[in-house]
Amino acid sequence: MKSASLSATLEQAVAGRSPWQDARVRFLRNKAAVVSLALLAIITLACIAGPWLLPNQFDSADWNAMSVPPTFAHWHLFGTDETGRDLFVRCLIGGRVSLMIGALATLTSVTLGIVWGAVAGFIGGRVDNAMMRFVDMMYAIPYLLIAILMVTLLGREFYLVVLTITVFSWMDMARVVRGQTLAIRSKEYVEAARAIGVPTRRIIVRHVVPNLLGIVAIYTTVTVPGVILTESVLSFLGLGVQEPMTSWGVLIQDGVGVMESAPWILLFPAALLSITLYCINFVGDGLRDALDPKDR
Amino acid sequence: MPLLEVKGLQVEFRTHDAAVRAVNGVSFTLEEGETLGIVGESGSGKSQSVLAMLGLLASNGRATGEALYRGENLIGMPARALNRIRGNRLSMIFQDPMSSLNPYLTIERQMTEVLELHKNLTRREAKKRAIAMLEAVRIPEAAHRIGQYPHELSGGMRQRVMIAMALLCEPEVLFADEPTTALDVTVQAQVLQLLRDLQRDFGTSIVLITHDLGVVAGLCEKVMVMYGGRVMEQCDAATLFAKPSHPYTIGLLRALPRLDQQGGELAGIPGNPPNMAHPPAGCPFHERCADATAECAEREPALETVRTSGTHATHWLRACHRPVDAMTTRYQESSHV
Amino acid sequence: MSDATILSVRDMRVHFQVKAKSRLPWAPSRTLKAVDGVSFDLRAGETLGVVGESGCGKSTLSRAILNLIPATHGEIVWMGAKLTQASAREWHAVRADVQMIFQDPLASLDPRMTIGQIIAEPLTEHRPGMSRQDIDARVRAMMTKVGLREQMINRYPHEFSGGQCQRVGIARALIVEPKLVVCDEPVSALDVSIQAQIVNLLKALQAEMKLSLIFIAHDLAVVRHISDRVMVMYLGRVMELADKHALYETPRHPYTRALLSAVPVPDPAIERGKVVQILSGDIPSPIDPPAGCVFHTRCPMAQARCSQEVPELRTLAQGVLAACHFA
Repeated sequence: MKSASLSATLEQAVAGRSPWQDARVRFLRNKAAVVSLALLAIITLACIAGPWLLPNQFDSADWNAMSVPPTFAHWHLFGTDETGRDLFVRCLIGGRVSLMIGALATLTSVTLGIVWGAVAGFIGGRVDNAMMRFVDMMYAIPYLLIAILMVTLLGREFYLVVLTITVFSWMDMARVVRGQTLAIRSKEYVEAARAIGVPTRRIIVRHVVPNLLGIVAIYTTVTVPGVILTESVLSFLGLGVQEPMTSWGVLIQDGVGVMESAPWILLFPAALLSITLYCINFVGDGLRDALDPKDR
Repeated sequence: MPLLEVKGLQVEFRTHDAAVRAVNGVSFTLEEGETLGIVGESGSGKSQSVLAMLGLLASNGRATGEALYRGENLIGMPARALNRIRGNRLSMIFQDPMSSLNPYLTIERQMTEVLELHKNLTRREAKKRAIAMLEAVRIPEAAHRIGQYPHELSGGMRQRVMIAMALLCEPEVLFADEPTTALDVTVQAQVLQLLRDLQRDFGTSIVLITHDLGVVAGLCEKVMVMYGGRVMEQCDAATLFAKPSHPYTIGLLRALPRLDQQGGELAGIPGNPPNMAHPPAGCPFHERCADATAECAEREPALETVRTSGTHATHWLRACHRPVDAMTTRYQESSHV
Repeated sequence: MSDATILSVRDMRVHFQVKAKSRLPWAPSRTLKAVDGVSFDLRAGETLGVVGESGCGKSTLSRAILNLIPATHGEIVWMGAKLTQASAREWHAVRADVQMIFQDPLASLDPRMTIGQIIAEPLTEHRPGMSRQDIDARVRAMMTKVGLREQMINRYPHEFSGGQCQRVGIARALIVEPKLVVCDEPVSALDVSIQAQIVNLLKALQAEMKLSLIFIAHDLAVVRHISDRVMVMYLGRVMELADKHALYETPRHPYTRALLSAVPVPDPAIERGKVVQILSGDIPSPIDPPAGCVFHTRCPMAQARCSQEVPELRTLAQGVLAACHFA
């Protein structure tokens, strides 16, 4: 009957506006962040799909076209390097490696950081103290020297490079997560959950973790540029991925050598690296503003 | 000429979602030596009205209208001129003394700074004046306490330091924004008595913003009741408490638990405070008013003079479509005994 | 209101160790005596109001009764069973019967959960066998009972006003049908007009669900409206514990008298003419409470005996207990 369906519509629950939806609206309002996100998407897509679509191979040397400046001929949009390899494809392949190492190393260091920080923050007391002093020690270690040592000892396999980078990128996340866990632990809604009788492990899963995700998202975007940069530095020093695999760092190192005679060889990978890092930073800023509870 | 004359004050905040009209046409006058209580709940705009007058609004706030201090309009006054008046002839104290006092400076430094700035005193003279003022607000061992930091004092003492700082330059008007809300009841009694005595001794006019009608009853001669950014009723205290004529005032008085009466039924006002981003049309109170008519939902009632009353010939102002007599009779019938 | 005593607290003490001022690692730590010897009984269906100013320990007491903060000393007997050395499992079972409402309505609700989930949490915890539909139905019924519209069930806490958030808190506390609800300043953060709504709601629900309440507040006037008996605390000790009428009309303890005279009354004639008993000085720190009667430093009636001997909480008349040498 008509009245029954009308009252049924009225009875239907109104969907609420979750804090995540609020944050998404705020994020989309931030033009710099949205443009950066779009740019990042374009770069990532290009790095993944580009090498398949382009006619040139990244490792095929063309002795007839050595050190050619950028031109539309033969799709050498970024020019070629000293051995005639197309720079555009090499930049995209290098991008694949840099971004992949960036993503993997970020994943592992973020996971390690979250677990370390949440455990320290939740247990508290002496365990917290000990765990955080370990983090302080890690900060004190000169990472580059140790990274060089590790690469020299363990080798330059792909996964070992990821491991080396991870070892020095998880501390920020651990600190931040620990601080946030401490803050959440003393919040009244956690006290309310204890008063209800919810056991500790369920409090962590149901109340602490969802409220951690915001800060985790923000600091992940802080970790990524650091990781990519570390990889680039290692590659620049000749300790990153091995030939013929290339990354932006390797390309930059190549470019530095011929900076004066063939500047484009340095320019393009450096520009790509810089743009990527800037974009990640803007997205991170946008996330931080969007998730900042004070705005509410 | 009245000391302070406010006409049609409006305050608007620009946010991402909408423009929030926190204050929507407030008018009142303040004579010399008078105490005015501004009463309202959250969202009534009472704090924002005063902050607007002193140029203390947040950066996304805009104030329009007139707030004439001895004929000069404070709204839109350039910062330089305003700084000469603020702290000097008009001063303000806030609710939370801990966040109003700089935790890194001693009491002495914070007080002498005011005097050095406005009265051009030397450090030594300023310190003497400061100690004298601390004694006037009944802080024991003033000469010793003045060297302490805010966190070393209790809440009640910090609030007294705030009052002392506000009175250092002997202002003509003291604005107090919920000065005792954060204090314990016994400490509140001390501070209120102090304010009474200081007003008697210094002759300062006081504008007291509060939600506590009991505090208003003890301290204020004139009372202004605000709701949803507008003035609902304004008259002398005796009349307001004995013969309230606005449904909101009546509702407030009936919702108050009182120590001087047996624990009977508390009559709450149904509904919730208005959302100032989407204010209701017509009278801001009509959605919660038991006496609302169709007119109340359409037309904003103007603030009109009812009649003069009280020994000070204070104007009795009221913004309501319903007739005065019907309301006052209604209150008298329902007052719990 | 039956005569059965459901809760019995004897000599409850909650002490915290705090670092000494000198901060040297070997300096002996000092003790903060938040609650220092509180005893009372609570009968079924009764409301006990607990009042006091800052530092009196009323909030700590409420946490200790629910074992959210461990008590340093003292005995809690709930429904005849001793709870003092109880295991976590025994406390878990008790929690289904003893619930709490908090002071800050918004902060006590997890901002990432819908209010439907928030209200359902005690049910999912204590009635694990219930089906989703049953839980949903119970939550909706409870929402209607506390005056919230059912359609709001999927909304988030930040979309509500303070008064509505407190209704959510009440719904959450009452959904498992507890026998005792400890209310920690439930209306202090609310506007006056909303306070009255919530107080009336609590009274109505108490009568309907036959609850006992422990109502903690600093506002003596509000406490008068909801309590049957009132306990006045100062610096962790009980100063007076009496029937409502006796306490408000003939207060026996000097602190109670000072408190009552200090509360402002919304009537200019009364207020202007009132002689307020101003207490001298400030509230002492609970780290270094005064010897003897803790109130003697500010008491207008203090004598030599008061700084030496701790007055016992003794019965002065039917239903009136006070801790004073001269009451």
